[in-house]
Amino acid sequence: MPARVVVLGGGVGGTLAANLLAKQLGRDAKVTVVDPTGMHHYQPGYLYVALGQANGRWLVRDERTLLRREVELVIDGAVRIHPDAGTVQLERGGSLEWDYLVLATGARLMHEQIPGLVEGSFGFYSLDDAQRLREELRRFRGGRILVGVAGIPYKCPPAPVEFVFMLEEHLRKRGIRERSEVTLLSPLNRAFTIEQASKVVQPFMEERGIGLTTFFNVEEVDPQAHVVSSLEGEKAEYDLLVLIPPHHGQQVISDSGLGDVSGWLPTDRYTLQVQDRERVFAMGDATNLPISKSGSTAHFEAPVIASRIASLVRGTAPKTNYGGRVMCFLETGNRKATVLRFDYEHPPTPPQPNLLWHSAKWMFNRMYWETVPQGRIPDLPKAREKGPDDEHADRANA
Amino acid sequence: MTTANVTRSIDARGMPCPGPLMSLIGAIREGTVGDMIEVLSSDEGSKTDIPAWIAKAGHEIVEVVQEPDHARFVIRKVR
Amino acid sequence: MNMQIARTLDLKGLSCPLPIVKTAQAMRELGSGELVEALATDPGAVADFRAWCTSTKNELVEQTEADGVYRFVIRKK
Repeated sequence: MPARVVVLGGGVGGTLAANLLAKQLGRDAKVTVVDPTGMHHYQPGYLYVALGQANGRWLVRDERTLLRREVELVIDGAVRIHPDAGTVQLERGGSLEWDYLVLATGARLMHEQIPGLVEGSFGFYSLDDAQRLREELRRFRGGRILVGVAGIPYKCPPAPVEFVFMLEEHLRKRGIRERSEVTLLSPLNRAFTIEQASKVVQPFMEERGIGLTTFFNVEEVDPQAHVVSSLEGEKAEYDLLVLIPPHHGQQVISDSGLGDVSGWLPTDRYTLQVQDRERVFAMGDATNLPISKSGSTAHFEAPVIASRIASLVRGTAPKTNYGGRVMCFLETGNRKATVLRFDYEHPPTPPQPNLLWHSAKWMFNRMYWETVPQGRIPDLPKAREKGPDDEHADRANA
Repeated sequence: MTTANVTRSIDARGMPCPGPLMSLIGAIREGTVGDMIEVLSSDEGSKTDIPAWIAKAGHEIVEVVQEPDHARFVIRKVR
Repeated sequence: MNMQIARTLDLKGLSCPLPIVKTAQAMRELGSGELVEALATDPGAVADFRAWCTSTKNELVEQTEADGVYRFVIRKK
């Protein structure tokens, strides 16, 4: 009887994991993806929509077209996971049984958690928010723009920095740069989390007159007074405020008692197992790992999960580990970008922003739909010495 | 040796992004007053970054222990 | 059929997405109908070149592999 693998979430992680599982296991498994909308978003595109450079249509595709034919797609919400019983309850009333569960449920935005955020600010972390911001920017005739972070962790650490660079360029092209001021409110004591990346981008920010306020973690917004306040006790005035909202894990994770206080899944950094459960895995934004919440993380985790489940189904010891690999572009405008590539063993060494990486990002944007979700870009395995994986295998076989 | 009663532990070793400081800020945001948050970090910058933010945000560093390949911080959420 | 290669690109050792990016840059300098030959070692290049040729309508004339080196011959549209 084929093993039943259920994947919750049809984003980049879930789609890729399902396709790889189906490819590797064939008739030995029945793979099902459960997604609430059946629409797959290319989230890195939201930034471009906000700046009027792309259309929402480019970023959204029917999930069915991205999945291998033998993968089942159930368009429904998951409302409760029963890990011991091996079932998932669905919103419309049905339920699915699973032998292996992959949690690729991502993150949800919690705008309401910050007082005044909804009435007083704009964003670009969802298609709706990006479209609203685009309309507001069309009306904008000059003034002070603040870009800040109202919750940690958040998806795509480079995004606020990319946004201020691209925004500054956008204002110049519209001829209103002279009448405007752009400032990044960073939660840290520098522009970006990775120190070498900050060293690379800060001079460009200065050169382009983009302000940087450090250690400003947004706590509250006063939409009437146009003032944003920080946890650290400071205030700043704005004409236009763009905020990254707080993020949580999905409701179903919390409701099922699987997540931490913010709904993130306790996940092993190498095996991607949830709470040491042999048959439940988590990936991408849904985990509690203090690692980048980025599409590339899910992209590199998916082959590990697929390989581990395939081993378990075949009765062999899982050998593949996730090595922490992440790869993010950081666009600095003016047709230049840098790239952040790292893993658990190798810190990043970002190059000076250049046309090559801007072109690479641009090409990735264009080629995503034909390559990534289907697993056409293979993950290159790295040689590893004996590690925690072997201990897990020993324990599993004991 | 530590006797701190840790309520939340973050192992950020080998994770440069979003990094130990961001993870700590997140834990403070999510946590309640009195929480004891432990952060393990292998990154050099944390040794100055973390105390700098703690000072500005008004929390307390309970302990810093230097191990051979990482540093261990224990922070109390004061407010 | 004219198989005169106008440009050969040695992209061995470069990883995704650099092989395709450098090829795209080199193609800009070619005339319509001209051929470029790209040599890469990154297995991801196979999918990248196919996808790029599909989206840009440049013709992937040939794709072979020998001893871990992938050879792509592309005709500029």
